[in-house]
Amino acid sequence: MCLAIPGKILTINALDDTFRTGKVSFGGIQKEVNLCMVPEVQVGDYVLVHVGVAIGKVDEEEAQKVFNYLKDMGEVEELQTPPDGK
Amino acid sequence: MKYLTEYRDPELVEEFIKEIHRITTKPWTLMEICGGQTHSLVKNGILDMLPDKITMVHGPGCPVCVTSVSVIDEAIYLAEQPNTIMCSFGDMLRVPGSKKSLLEAKAEGADVRILYSPLEAVQLAKQNPDKQVVFFAVGFETTAPANALSVVHADQMGLDNYSILASHVLVPPAMEAILSDEENLIDAFLAAGHVCTIMGIDEYHPVAEKYACPIVVTGFEPVDLLQGILMAVQQLEKGEYKVDNQYARSVQREGNRLAQDTIQKVFAVSDRVWRGIGNIPQSGYEVNDRYKNYNARIKFNIDLPLAEENKECISGDIMKGLKKPKQCPNFGTKCKPEHPLGAPMVSSEGACAAYYHYAAQE
Ligand code: SF4
Repeated sequence: MCLAIPGKILTINALDDTFRTGKVSFGGIQKEVNLCMVPEVQVGDYVLVHVGVAIGKVDEEEAQKVFNYLKDMGEVEELQTPPDGK
Repeated sequence: MKYLTEYRDPELVEEFIKEIHRITTKPWTLMEICGGQTHSLVKNGILDMLPDKITMVHGPGCPVCVTSVSVIDEAIYLAEQPNTIMCSFGDMLRVPGSKKSLLEAKAEGADVRILYSPLEAVQLAKQNPDKQVVFFAVGFETTAPANALSVVHADQMGLDNYSILASHVLVPPAMEAILSDEENLIDAFLAAGHVCTIMGIDEYHPVAEKYACPIVVTGFEPVDLLQGILMAVQQLEKGEYKVDNQYARSVQREGNRLAQDTIQKVFAVSDRVWRGIGNIPQSGYEVNDRYKNYNARIKFNIDLPLAEENKECISGDIMKGLKKPKQCPNFGTKCKPEHPLGAPMVSSEGACAAYYHYAAQE
């Protein structure tokens, strides 16, 4: 649970500085992600996401390699948890 | 054992291994901090590729492993309050407290939910105004911005039914505690890449200086780890001790300032008891006074007796690098992933579980 997982930004909803969120796709799994710590990113960019918050930007090639590696290691299963935890 | 061709950059992997063998003349002990790195080293068979003179020991960088028994008891206490939803990252549920785990509390009827993000817990609080929602905020510096942000969100939305049970831990003070232990064997550290993505690398310079210990900020893939090990051994062989950055593609010197600001807004540095290691001064974060209404310890007036650690578990020696998992008399016998005696057997990032899953296949 300590690693950041790269994903691609599909949409951005900017409400204000702390509520800047977006939909991010992680190899097809979509999650709502907070984007306030990476103000420079745009739709189509790749970000490193840790427990629902983007903490840095990565380039596409790096993002894909890292994602595949994490998938092989079984480190992306946490993305499957439903939002109400049930 | 893996074939070289299975790695992302097989030529590079081979080159780094050759170079590490070529330059190593003395015995060195290196510790990787992060549990993700431990998992990767063990699962990818990297330990077998290193020269005999190099010993890798596995540090305390897994929040599941270092959260103290007393804090697990606090989480269970909260989960068992009426009208309360206790939310946590999934790995924490199986960690044994002094009497039971969160999973057992859930089986007995407590409302315990597994969430991907603390921000989802804030949504749950919004959807359930008649319930108290508590998030079990564990983690290293990487996780602190998200946990802090959940408090900021709840505050902006005016939610008075959200709080967090903070058990945050910090890497540099843990390094210092390990290095100043009189039995310390560690010659160099691989620091955790994503922790430094948030915090930057400057806070490691004083540690490298004070203990004459090379520190290499390293990623978690096999090529990263091998390059990090190479950079550390290069320094050791030359008698140098500075902070190097192997993971520059994700780590900038100054880290992520906005993330650091969010942490500072909500948290204050505090003492923290580490499971197996004991109290390390100024090694954690607690919710600060400004946001004390969101601190579950204050809100629920928690005052539990300090819990005893399980004496059968030697996780402290393992996380300080003094022993390997297989040297624990309970490894694989009384203690297995299905019924862990200690926390490092719970998550795949704990050293004991990593050895159990992969090294056991040798
Ligand atoms: S094998 Fe089990 S009992 Fe032994 S140190 Fe690891 S977690 Fe503790």
